[in-house]
Amino acid sequence: MTTGDAAIRVRDVSHQFGEPGDAHFVQALQHTSLDIKRGELLCLIGPSGCGKSTLLNMIGGLLVPTTGTVEVHGKPVRGPLPRDIAFVFQENSLFPWCTIIDNVKLGMVFQGVAKSEQEPRARSALEAVGLKDFMSHYPAQLSGGMRQRAALARALSLETGTLLMDEPFGALDEQTRMILGEDLSVLLSRSEKTIVFVTHSLGEAVFLADRVAVFSARPGRIKEIIDVDEPHPRSPSFVTTEKFSRLRNTLYSLLHDEIRKAVEQSATVAPPS
Amino acid sequence: MSAKQDRRDKIASRLVQIGFLVAVMGLWYFGTAYWGINRILLPNPVNVWHELKDVLSTGEFLPDLKVTLMEIAFAFAISCSTGVTLGYLISRSHFLIKVFEPLLAGFYSVPLILFLPLYVLFFGLGPGSKIALGATISFFPIVLNTIAGFGYVEKIFITAARSMGASDVQMFRHVLLPAAFPVILTGLRMGFTVALLSILGSETLASLAGLGHKIVHLAEAMETPRMFAYIAFAVAIAIFLNTTVSALERRAKRR
Repeated sequence: MTTGDAAIRVRDVSHQFGEPGDAHFVQALQHTSLDIKRGELLCLIGPSGCGKSTLLNMIGGLLVPTTGTVEVHGKPVRGPLPRDIAFVFQENSLFPWCTIIDNVKLGMVFQGVAKSEQEPRARSALEAVGLKDFMSHYPAQLSGGMRQRAALARALSLETGTLLMDEPFGALDEQTRMILGEDLSVLLSRSEKTIVFVTHSLGEAVFLADRVAVFSARPGRIKEIIDVDEPHPRSPSFVTTEKFSRLRNTLYSLLHDEIRKAVEQSATVAPPS
Repeated sequence: MSAKQDRRDKIASRLVQIGFLVAVMGLWYFGTAYWGINRILLPNPVNVWHELKDVLSTGEFLPDLKVTLMEIAFAFAISCSTGVTLGYLISRSHFLIKVFEPLLAGFYSVPLILFLPLYVLFFGLGPGSKIALGATISFFPIVLNTIAGFGYVEKIFITAARSMGASDVQMFRHVLLPAAFPVILTGLRMGFTVALLSILGSETLASLAGLGHKIVHLAEAMETPRMFAYIAFAVAIAIFLNTTVSALERRAKRR
């Protein structure tokens, strides 16, 4: 774990959709506080609907908390901070009408990068994720895994200090996911980025994270934070170690009751759309 | 199904289609040449062919064609500009979409040709009433598709662009417009087709000039071979315009 100040400070945030008494009222997150250190990779894991994506969106300024504050590098977050924070979404966030390289460049156009820098930065980001030969393909011509690599390249090219990843591999099959996880670990060990990574997968969390924040079922709050004391980049054999199994089992036992609670909730309450 | 079988099927269906057309033409020819069908009601195709050659070589069709094309151009220009503009404005608010989408869809399902007598009262028998009718009828598919195009852009595209710092202008130019473009284009194509249809149709009902007008005029004078020649000519023009517009649409959508 890298030492340093908190890059992201979350103080007592809550978020609700609708008003109490509404048919669609959902308390997604309740009085949550969290410090994320500069350069660490923090995984958020928890049952569906616990508010982990909500928290991520609040950190990134895409959602305004109902109560509480979020600070990034000491600045309060009131909206998107494209110079400080980049997102990788679950899937299909690439613009289908642009080629892969144009997708990456468009991110820099939005961010305000000088035109002369766009091309070299897009190329090196795409090379870094292994898509050198697919720059002029359209997203529809690539597999789901390659599309997510491209989305990652777009986020990397923005050269932000913080990366927020919302189940970036959630829609992929287990094997693709494993390979992408390994590549991500190598890639990120070279950077100094602060990363918040939302996932459903216990193995993914242990494999990637410096710390794992486990959420309780709705109304979500952080139940416990687990340290994974293991240097990056992590070798694929890390998953076969006893330490990995122990941490995974710890997460499993922390999550199991919460997931059961969440399943029972979803049987009685319709999830927010 | 294999590619080979696929191709064979395609060839077979083409052959049947051509055979069907040949059979219709044959029936037409034999019916009028030998089987005693009244030649005034149904002229012989060979006569029609001669008339068509005459119409084309003398250039007699030009004034009427000009009127019809001018009416289509004006009607389509009006419905495009108003349909796309209003569609965009409505699409900016969920409330407006909720109010106007069903309303416009309802109007679209009304047989708007019924407004022709009213438009003739308003704008006279000349091109004005045809332009008004064509513009009215083609306005609806255009405005509805523009609403659908701009109003239902996938949220993730907007969220992603916003997270990367897109300004309103950039959002429009790089996200909303390209996302909506194919849907709007389909609306424009549908609008063009109905504008063409309603203008030719309304020319046959109440008009002073135009291809539709000419066809009715010839029918009333019992000059059916020439009338058939004009019908064939108008059909050819319509097919040409519609395929051109469809080709433009396909070309613009290709990526």
